[in-house]
Amino acid sequence: MKSAATARRDAGPPIFKRQLPLFVTAGIFVALFLTAAHFYEGFFSARVFISLLSENAFLGIAAVGMTLVIFSGGIDLSVGAVIGFTSICTATLIEKHQLAPELAWTLALAAGAGLGAGMGSLIHFFRLPPFLITLAGMFLARGAGFWISTDSIGINHALYGKISAYEWLFGTAAIPAGALFLITVLLAGYAVAHHTRFGRTLLAIGGNEQSALLMGLPIGPAKISVYAVNGFCAALAGIVATLYTGSGNPGMGLGLELDAIASVVIGGTLLTGGRGHMLGTLLGVLIFGTIQAAILFDGRLSSWWMRIVVGALLLVFILLQRFFLRRK
Amino acid sequence: MCAELLELRGIGKAFPGVVALAGVDFTVRAGEIHALLGENGAGKSTLIKVLTGVHPADAGEIRLNGAVIRPGAPKEAERLGVSTVYQEVNLVPSLSVAENITLGRQPGRFGFLNWRAIRRRARAALARLEVECDVDAELGSLSVARQQMVAIARALDTSARLLVLDEPTASLDEKEVAELFGLMRKLRAEGMGIVFVTHFLDQVYTVSDRLTVLRNGQLVGEYVTADLSRLELVGKMLGREVSDADFTSHVAAPAATMQPVLAARGLGRRGAIAPVDLALHAGEVAGLGGLLGSGRTETARLLFGIDACDSGEISLKGATVRVASPRDAVRLGLAFCSEDRKAEGILPNLSVRENLLVALQGKRGALRALSPAEQVQLCEHYIKTLRIKTADTETPIKNLSGGNQQKVLLARWLATQPAVIILDEPTRGIDIGAKQEIEQLIAKLRADGLAVLFISSEIDEVVRNCSRVLVLRERRLTGEIAGAEITSERLMHLMAGTHE
Amino acid sequence: MKAKSPVIWPLLGLAALVLLNAVHDLGFLKITLLDGHLYGVPIDILTQGSRTMLVALGMTLVIATGGVDLSVGSVVAIAGAVCAVLLQGGHSLALTLAAALGAGLLAGSANGLLVARLGVQPIVATLILMVAGRGLAQLIVDGQVIIIKSPAFEYLANGFLLGLPVAPLLVVALYLATHLALRRTALGLFIEAVGDNETASRFAGLAAARIKALAYIFCGAGAGLAGVLAAANIRAADAYRAGENMELDAIFAVVVGGTALTGGRFSILGTAVGALLIQTLTTTMYNLGVPPAIAPVPKALLIIGVTLLQSDKIGRWLGGLWPKREAA
Repeated sequence: MKSAATARRDAGPPIFKRQLPLFVTAGIFVALFLTAAHFYEGFFSARVFISLLSENAFLGIAAVGMTLVIFSGGIDLSVGAVIGFTSICTATLIEKHQLAPELAWTLALAAGAGLGAGMGSLIHFFRLPPFLITLAGMFLARGAGFWISTDSIGINHALYGKISAYEWLFGTAAIPAGALFLITVLLAGYAVAHHTRFGRTLLAIGGNEQSALLMGLPIGPAKISVYAVNGFCAALAGIVATLYTGSGNPGMGLGLELDAIASVVIGGTLLTGGRGHMLGTLLGVLIFGTIQAAILFDGRLSSWWMRIVVGALLLVFILLQRFFLRRK
Repeated sequence: MCAELLELRGIGKAFPGVVALAGVDFTVRAGEIHALLGENGAGKSTLIKVLTGVHPADAGEIRLNGAVIRPGAPKEAERLGVSTVYQEVNLVPSLSVAENITLGRQPGRFGFLNWRAIRRRARAALARLEVECDVDAELGSLSVARQQMVAIARALDTSARLLVLDEPTASLDEKEVAELFGLMRKLRAEGMGIVFVTHFLDQVYTVSDRLTVLRNGQLVGEYVTADLSRLELVGKMLGREVSDADFTSHVAAPAATMQPVLAARGLGRRGAIAPVDLALHAGEVAGLGGLLGSGRTETARLLFGIDACDSGEISLKGATVRVASPRDAVRLGLAFCSEDRKAEGILPNLSVRENLLVALQGKRGALRALSPAEQVQLCEHYIKTLRIKTADTETPIKNLSGGNQQKVLLARWLATQPAVIILDEPTRGIDIGAKQEIEQLIAKLRADGLAVLFISSEIDEVVRNCSRVLVLRERRLTGEIAGAEITSERLMHLMAGTHE
Repeated sequence: MKAKSPVIWPLLGLAALVLLNAVHDLGFLKITLLDGHLYGVPIDILTQGSRTMLVALGMTLVIATGGVDLSVGSVVAIAGAVCAVLLQGGHSLALTLAAALGAGLLAGSANGLLVARLGVQPIVATLILMVAGRGLAQLIVDGQVIIIKSPAFEYLANGFLLGLPVAPLLVVALYLATHLALRRTALGLFIEAVGDNETASRFAGLAAARIKALAYIFCGAGAGLAGVLAAANIRAADAYRAGENMELDAIFAVVVGGTALTGGRFSILGTAVGALLIQTLTTTMYNLGVPPAIAPVPKALLIIGVTLLQSDKIGRWLGGLWPKREAA
């Protein structure tokens, strides 16, 4: 007789007994959050926790797309620039061309996905290294963003005011729109990664591309699509950024690709592909946010500690994965 | 049951520079286990890849149940009923057992996977094989034997009528092999056709009904296993009939009292080669005989420090030495020509000169660079004495023919003035003329006082060149013959395991 | 027939760019002698391009071994920060330069250790320092932009020697020294061998891991020196902006210079030309009145074009269009 718990487990994707990095990540997050709560008064509150999500909404949205790309053994360095491009693009379309925000968003999302698909095609058809092609994509998007406008443009559309003022009351906690966007994208990303053939194909390609080929999986379409999806996510992150700041700025998201990659890796996803979990990416973003919030709360610690701590965590996780894999 | 399940007629396949298959016929009946045999380069893997649509054939036709099929991709072959388990387990180790069985054909609805159904289906596939296995386990955490079973379960998850097993037993122990055979017999009884690629002769006789032998991309013949003696089979694989005029070695052995240059005692590595003792003397060509997979290359790799041994020791001129890397080996005066010229030998984009001098330069160290004049002199010397055909010393080595590439690699090692040289299949994939030249060179090296360890699948070559032969079978040293004892027949007996 | 030198393509590109500029404005080529010093756009290009040339020199060797070093930009920032702090503390120039070089060596050793000894993928390994390095640089200068008041130090980047600018002279001297060190010893051969076929090199008795580590250490040292030049050029250590996008320019210079990203054959002369080509492109944009922020776009297009030309598939297509004449 199967218990209810087994039956439930049976309906979801497999959780390995050796999903070690994920547990380490969860442990680190809890430890960090509790340490911060111990030192800083008022840190241990629903408000701070929700702000972790809303303050890092566009990082998190970009990290979801990045997770999928890294699943497949690739990497995309263009996301920060795409965020900058879509943010200024949206702002210009709305303010200068009087386009309805919905239409501007659609165009921005299409541009992001299109750029991603283009880079994916180059990577797949010509077997070019992803990091180089997406570097070129980064230059392209950043340059194009500054081409549109070198200055930031404020958006004064009624819809923007409405959305940025919106809060969803969850019990006593008020959840702002940014956090809701992030949660939605994370859920969608989780569904794609763990409940669709596409997601599993990506993991198979990242795990062993030769095997995936011999298993008859559609490698080309999957690889091109994943860069398109990532471009879409980056564009969405750019739009959320305009909502958050109420303006478009071509310089937005500078270096954000590194933060996104770091969040994914700290979340226990193998940077060489084939192994990982979307839940880990959420934890990675939360760890990222906690460090940032703690530095902010402290007031004495400088912002650069952020990068150093993130670099150290990256090192720890990469070495952990190295030894974890080598032991087998 | 005797229906022709699969018929391949006149299959031809060429890759740039090589004809891998020429006019090969191959027939498998429903309800039989059909062994596919051949030495390296015989064309077994290519034939399988043609059959499974990885490399579509250039010529010929494939019929399955009488209907012509042209699989253009693995997925198509699978749909047609041809399922394959490849040599190295071609699954994704970081995914679960259930996923590996169903990947690419997972049940689901509205684009979302139905994990419950995936697990059910995986359990059913494993149950059919009578394998107990947690479908949620990560594949990489299982033993290779288990992974192999999962791969077979995946192959059978479709409505397979023909199952191709490409060297499935290579990394299994005896008990696991027995289990696999039980499974194969069960499937045979269900009417499935099974193609079984292996190089273990015992296994061929244990499990197969009929067999097909390929050699150098051509069909040697199709036989009923029970009607073909082991010795005859080895003869077919090596391209020699037992009735052929029997060669005897005429190579003089050096004085036996001499201290060996290189000696190994109990040298072994688990899963690669059982501990062996061997000694090489100056001025002799010792052969390392055996069929493919008998542990020849593995022994050479241990001697040269490529793989770490887990037992035994190596001594050079009587003194025990540590050979932890090829670098150590080169500094001690060893040289090793790998059988895989492309992956382990040439530096494809570098020039003939650089390829020729890299080992000598490595031995001297970076700072004691050879002067341009010395380089030219050395290159010209070897190009002349080995008759290397190249436009000039600056031509990239990838532009040379296989035989000339091989000569450059030999020159690479001769330039280091080694005391011992290990030649692993030095004549593979090169033309007849170059083969003869390389054999002459080996004779000259012996006369110059080098100790040569010669590894070859060509039985005649071993007889012609060696004054002593160590024979390996199934990863252990099973015999040693010397001088006039070396005849092709005796060698074949030793290799086939029919000498007692 | 001798094989065509790979330097020919970037050289042609450079010539075409110079020609374009000269047609647009004849003054482009003008070099004037003022106070016994040479001035003019070509001299500016040399001076401004010297930092990229320096970083690209080390990058060439790393790429030749089949790797890549993403951390050079951060190392530039670290070295500049070290210089500023030491000079501010009244230390001697010699000690300052030694410390900056030492910082570069240390960074390179860390990368070399991860890649060669622990077998971490180069992109992944150097990403750690790319993220953490900038934080470290900011930590060293405590987040300030430190003004450097040392004429001797500034002389390194902006001074003149016998009428010629010092920085390009230094870089050219380093190129020559490196060339001699690589080609008069067997180091160049070893690096090319390891990059061309690592297994075969190891089997031929080369210490592949050591050679790879050496390339990263050299690259780190080059980045350290480039950091000195960058700080001397602006007479300040700007930990936020120094070396920004330097890794990209360096990788581009190497690739445009004809060294394949897959490793093996390298040409440091090609790299030098590639670096000048990129600097000239930037200057050209400036001369044509294109805002500097848009300059990345043509760079991106250039790099995509060059990598496409180098890819096997395009090579086969072009080979079909212009059948190769058989060499007699």
